[in-house]
Amino acid sequence: MRLRLFASTLIAATVFAGVAMAQDIERPECIAPAQPGGGFDLTCRIAQKGLEGVIANPIQVTFMPGGIGAVAINLFNTTRTDDPNAIVAFSSGSLLNMATGKYGEWNEDDVRFTATAGTDYGAVIVRADSEYKTLADLMAALKQDVGSVVLGAGGSVGSQDWMKAALLVRAENLDPRQMRYVAFDGGGDAMSGLLGGSIQVYTGDVGEMISQLDAGTVRILAVMSKERLPEPFADIPTTAELGYPDAEWAILRGYYMGKNVSDEAYNAWVDAFKQAYGTEKWQETVKAQGLQVYSVAGEEFNQEILGRVDRMRQIAKEAGLIQE
Amino acid sequence: MDAVFSGLASGFATALDPFNLMLVLVGCFAGTLIGALPGIGPINGVAILLPIAYGLGFKPESAIILLAGIYYGAEYGGRISSILLNVPGDAGAVMTTLDGNPMARKGEAGKALSLSAVASFVGGTFAVILMTLFGPLLAAYAVTFSPSDYVALMVFAFASLASLVGSNPVKTLLGAVIGLMLASIGIDANTGVARYTFGIPDILAGIDFLVVVIGLFGMAELIHLVEQQARGTLKTLEIDKSFVTMADLARTKWTILRSSCIGFFIGILPGTGASVASAVAYGTEKRVQNNPKSFGEGDIRGLAAPEAANNAAAGGAMVPMLTLGIPGSGTTAILLGALLLFNVTPGPLMFQQRPEIAWGLIASMYIGNIALLVINLPLVGLFARLLTIPQQYLTPLIAVLAFIGVYSIVSNPHDLYMITLLGLFGWIMRKLGFSLAPVILGFVLGSLFENNLRRALSISAGDWTILLQSWNSIVLYVLTAIVVIVPIWYGRRVAARNARSEDESPKAPA
Repeated sequence: MRLRLFASTLIAATVFAGVAMAQDIERPECIAPAQPGGGFDLTCRIAQKGLEGVIANPIQVTFMPGGIGAVAINLFNTTRTDDPNAIVAFSSGSLLNMATGKYGEWNEDDVRFTATAGTDYGAVIVRADSEYKTLADLMAALKQDVGSVVLGAGGSVGSQDWMKAALLVRAENLDPRQMRYVAFDGGGDAMSGLLGGSIQVYTGDVGEMISQLDAGTVRILAVMSKERLPEPFADIPTTAELGYPDAEWAILRGYYMGKNVSDEAYNAWVDAFKQAYGTEKWQETVKAQGLQVYSVAGEEFNQEILGRVDRMRQIAKEAGLIQE
Repeated sequence: MDAVFSGLASGFATALDPFNLMLVLVGCFAGTLIGALPGIGPINGVAILLPIAYGLGFKPESAIILLAGIYYGAEYGGRISSILLNVPGDAGAVMTTLDGNPMARKGEAGKALSLSAVASFVGGTFAVILMTLFGPLLAAYAVTFSPSDYVALMVFAFASLASLVGSNPVKTLLGAVIGLMLASIGIDANTGVARYTFGIPDILAGIDFLVVVIGLFGMAELIHLVEQQARGTLKTLEIDKSFVTMADLARTKWTILRSSCIGFFIGILPGTGASVASAVAYGTEKRVQNNPKSFGEGDIRGLAAPEAANNAAAGGAMVPMLTLGIPGSGTTAILLGALLLFNVTPGPLMFQQRPEIAWGLIASMYIGNIALLVINLPLVGLFARLLTIPQQYLTPLIAVLAFIGVYSIVSNPHDLYMITLLGLFGWIMRKLGFSLAPVILGFVLGSLFENNLRRALSISAGDWTILLQSWNSIVLYVLTAIVVIVPIWYGRRVAARNARSEDESPKAPA
């Protein structure tokens, strides 16, 4: 199967070689470091669809599960450090892993952050008939007894899903280690846990809530962002405006390349993304996946990410995720 | 109910559109082949073909009909390599090897293939009918199944599988413990600590179920074949023209229905899928039948049970996806992603907002199941002929397919080392007289049991009484007690009767 794909890409490459396109990346590939169907898959699909027409050849999506991205970063630091054709999808979760040392010897300095796909935000979600009508109700309950509320999400302790719950608890100056957090296997299971009443609060992502929002099955107490999001989330208050500016969590999705890629190859991808960012098609693709448009690419982006990882490392230390 | 029938009618109008009908057939056929290849299962089939369906610019309902056809086609096809080669075609087909392959070795490959096709058809159709009639209700029930209820379900599964204990209970127990140990590898969700990973990043997220199945079952079987060949003890099989008879169907009709119910129930639960469903169905069937001797040696009921169950589970997993927007399995998670890609929001409102997709998909599942039966029955003879290929060509071919299958999914050479090592390990275990099924079951059920037990205890802050607080759990524990006690009681009665009639010791050798 792969061989045939490879062969057809190769043929396509030779056919298109003479055609002058904006960007020439010979065998463009996006690596989703997970099983098909998750957030990394989605990130690569955005590149695949959004860069259609900007890059001459179609982008092939390859899955590389293992260690929440550890296998991919390992490969791009050992054998494919200068691969000009491939970008690897990452999320804030990957950055958190870099910050907390989950990727072993590799960290944020071992890759070149290339471009964004878009961004999502954390959300504090309860069932429509929950006793917590507002974020204030929930925070009051947490303050009275941090162990009285059962929170849950799709990731393990130390993952960004846990981080969202921890930030919320910490915003009231409570100890995240005292909270009752239930680690589900993915957002789907956590959502059924919420609907079925196993957990009272789900710290999920706002983007995945579109279908539930219309149906009125859940209530979003707050979006974990500074500013209000556009429709259909415009009516939902943010943690910042409710007085918890520290309980902010943006789920950034984007792409990195190997550390030793030539500037030429790096810039070819950066230019392709910058060109696509301006198009209607890119914006629609991003929105269709439930993400907010957030477009930064190149060295400026690389610097921004390095800053973010530093901040995460600080938070992780305070939350007890990194022992000194 | 009127809304259901008018919806279904409009759905059939969509699905019977000549183009869509063709896609159903293409999807089912491609799915059967994908499922039959060892290593590539429904999840990869759908993932590989999703960009193609998207790239061809199909309408959303057409694309989703094609992908769903591949999904349940692959569940059908998984049985083929299980039966013929003793290599599970996908994760849900592990239990099918237990009686399916002995049948093939007895010269009943044709019968095994055709009977399992019928069992799959009944299981699949049963699931679609229940989904049509009670979909939203069932989904609303499925989400009330809490972590503590999953614990009870796993206890029940372990109890019904205790019947797998063969001639040597110690080895069975050891096998299950090895499975549990394999399952504990990787990052522990409740503490975030890496367990038994020895600094290898490739196993930080644990060992993939498929890798364990292909390694322990597939590769071990191939090494075993090569060994037999080297010794010259390998028999070539005659072409067999056996086919399922009405008598076989009459004998398995209750088995198939029971297993369809079990499979569907386990399938609609978001946390469990076809592999758990087929295991529980097999174990229950063996318990119900009370003559476990013939099970594992080519009993048609031991073949029908897991096949009906895994297809019913595949249908069941669609219920929470369509009605709640919550995927019940890895494959439905991809289908969910596919819907999003086509700007369709799955969930509670899909039946109102995009009825042509929701109902079109359901109608296509009726058609697909019939199509699969029609495609599969005439192909039985052709597939059965696979066995007449001389082993020296067949064995390397399967090995190559398994390697390509595993590599094509994840492109990680580490997995190839894993299946080779696990294959060697499985072969040594077979040499020592271990059965591999308990290892696989320990692996699947063990991690579900552990994760849910710890979830339940995080919810209750360490209070163990949470395990007995819901009716779901209580009913499951009662069933567990029945499954454990009744066979013992029944066995004693039979033994007592035998002792009276024949004047000899009824005790089986320990």
